[in-house]
Amino acid sequence: MSDIRNELKYVSSHEWIRDEGDGTVTIGITDHAQDLLGDVVFVELPEEGSEVGAGDDAGVVESVKAASDIYAPVSGEVVAVNEQLEESPELVNSDPYGDGWFFRLKLSDASELDDLLDAAAYGELCEDEE
Amino acid sequence: MAKKTALYDLHQSMGAKMVDFGGWDMPINYGSQIEEHNKVRQASGMFDVSHMTIVDVTGADAADYLRRLLANDVARLTVKGKAMYSGMLNDNGHVIDDLIVYLMSEPHVSGEWFRVVVNCATRDKDLRWMAEQAARFDVALTERPELAMVAVQGPEAIALTKTVLSEFRQRLIDGLDVFQGCESEGWFIARTGYTGEDGLEIMVPDDEVVAFWQALADAGVSPCGLGARDTLRLEAGMNLYGSDMDETVTPLQSAMGWTIAWEPETRQFIGREALEAQKAAGVPDKLVGLVLEQRGILRGHQKVIVEGLGEGEITSGSFSPTLNISIALARVPAGTGAEAMVDMRGKQVPVKVVRPPFVRHGKKVFS
Repeated sequence: MSDIRNELKYVSSHEWIRDEGDGTVTIGITDHAQDLLGDVVFVELPEEGSEVGAGDDAGVVESVKAASDIYAPVSGEVVAVNEQLEESPELVNSDPYGDGWFFRLKLSDASELDDLLDAAAYGELCEDEE
Repeated sequence: MAKKTALYDLHQSMGAKMVDFGGWDMPINYGSQIEEHNKVRQASGMFDVSHMTIVDVTGADAADYLRRLLANDVARLTVKGKAMYSGMLNDNGHVIDDLIVYLMSEPHVSGEWFRVVVNCATRDKDLRWMAEQAARFDVALTERPELAMVAVQGPEAIALTKTVLSEFRQRLIDGLDVFQGCESEGWFIARTGYTGEDGLEIMVPDDEVVAFWQALADAGVSPCGLGARDTLRLEAGMNLYGSDMDETVTPLQSAMGWTIAWEPETRQFIGREALEAQKAAGVPDKLVGLVLEQRGILRGHQKVIVEGLGEGEITSGSFSPTLNISIALARVPAGTGAEAMVDMRGKQVPVKVVRPPFVRHGKKVFS
């Protein structure tokens, strides 16, 4: 059974979103997603300072098995990216909700957070996939 | 319902993640494919390959039959237990499957006994084809579904395997050449593999394999899934049937020219005429290795662009855990030189064209 954190929000494309409470959110991929991908070997992240819209491609995560797009779950400006992933992409597998985070966005429309899935809804979605 | 090997319950209890593989429920990994891969390069790992199809070929015409059926020539097996890699071709010279054939009996006696190991995904069509071709020969084809198969691979594989076997079997293993096997009370122990490392492939009766696997695990051999098996064979430059070759190409287009025994000219193996015609007309493409020297991962079916010559396609691509870069096998136009481009998700990226293997015995081997 994969790990789903109650304090996070989710989207159906398996990104998680943590509201930092200061107008920014942190984004990564879920434990379920890293498990499906297998060993992550390479992560391409958006450029700091770039603008992304909700649902836009914001990067790529490549595992031994497949390449998978990362989508921006909400719109905003990229204010930080996890540079550690360049040297240690395996953090996505070992700590998907912690050191394996991908990037941080400054929200352009905080109301978009209301459209995200909560842990229960995301859990159901994962079960349906299995 | 997916088929299960005799080791299924043990895999589950060891934490394997199971996936469907040619109709079989098989371990893809036990946690991390890359860690398993590295174990095999640096120490030892074991794979359940019981899904593979084992067929014994016996009878007065066994050798004649196989000399017709296979592009390689079993008459070259002159030592008991010796193994040979071959393609099994159709009349168009296209590859029905690739396989290993072992000479089980003494050589050149009447009524030799051979053992053929073919792929699991191709089992039905292989058996049908083999039976059809057998009609004109005095041979019996006997599938051996009661035999499980475990591949123990890596620099420490043979030494660790010996620690769990009888003294008699230890001595048998000491006597094995590379690419040679021997029978022992229903077991068949062969110094073969699909990883580019030294090691053994061991056929064991289903009712003995659980104890054997457990003993190997206790001796320190790491269980490995078919995910690691795939990256290991790719680094070793070994073809995977269904990806790198199939019934649309010949061995000449698949870096398998060395497996065609052209001599003696009088041997009329299936596909010979088509291969000779293709050779005379010029083989249009070839299977090569690609190396990506920048970040990113080459994947199967990505387009390869060779300036002035046209296009090709990646047949297998992945991350190489040993080299820490991406490598691939690709079918490209015959005249392709040392450089090409790959269309990776809309971007054209330069790659080096090399001759596989990429890795042997844990070390980089291409330049």
